Amino acid sequence: MKENEWGRLANKMLQLIAGRVSSLVARRATLALTTSSARMASHAPDPEVTEAVDMSRPMYWDRLDTPLPDKLYKDELSAAEKSLKEKEKGPWSQLTNEEKIALYRLSFHQTYAEMNQPKSEWKTVVGGIFFFVGFTALVVWWQRVYVYPPRPRTFDDEWQAKQLQRMLDMRINPIEGFSSKWDYEKGQWK
Amino acid sequence: MSLPKPLMRGLLGKRLRFHLPIAFGLSLVAAIAFKYGVTEPRKKAYADFYKQYDAVKEFNAMKEAGVFESVQPSGE
Repeated sequence: MKENEWGRLANKMLQLIAGRVSSLVARRATLALTTSSARMASHAPDPEVTEAVDMSRPMYWDRLDTPLPDKLYKDELSAAEKSLKEKEKGPWSQLTNEEKIALYRLSFHQTYAEMNQPKSEWKTVVGGIFFFVGFTALVVWWQRVYVYPPRPRTFDDEWQAKQLQRMLDMRINPIEGFSSKWDYEKGQWK
Repeated sequence: MSLPKPLMRGLLGKRLRFHLPIAFGLSLVAAIAFKYGVTEPRKKAYADFYKQYDAVKEFNAMKEAGVFESVQPSGE
């Protein structure tokens, strides 16, 4: 029978492909993982991931929808930074532009412009999506061969033709629908 | 640094005064279009169908085709 032959062929192909490419796939997967983690590390180092962080205390995030995070970026200030903070308590017109920028950098890690920098992460995401969709296709193919029950006889062309004839005989939707398109005198579609 | 004070009140009212008449108008247009595009042709189609409808003839045709359980085609 046709289905059994397809099944055996598919199984053999899967085994061959799995044997040859499994090493390649494993290498590609680990490569993708290492590059993404290397990319993360080469970004501005995130203080949250280097040591175990206490999530019960206020944290700092660079997020587009949170302009003022729960705490300032820099906790421990050097003596120079502390004196700058003291100067901040006075009139701001006395701060130079460099001091203003330095104070900003004390409170915040990245500016909105820096946060909005385009990244290449989407390529990994889209690639991963396609990869798993393809894997799902293989799974579905295996299911089609080994799991699906036999095809119902109502799908055969002969059965469908008899079904159509019966619908016309019963005058299904004779006013605006199915049977209204059939010319009963001539025995053909209008 | 002396900009004019922006509008602080009546924003929803202004939006409604602009959009509600348009919304009502478009809905009315949609309803009229549906009435004359769909329901009137459909009523006419039904009226025309039943003007020339012979129920007995249709019944006999269906009977001969063998779709009924209570009546058999005249051959059997």
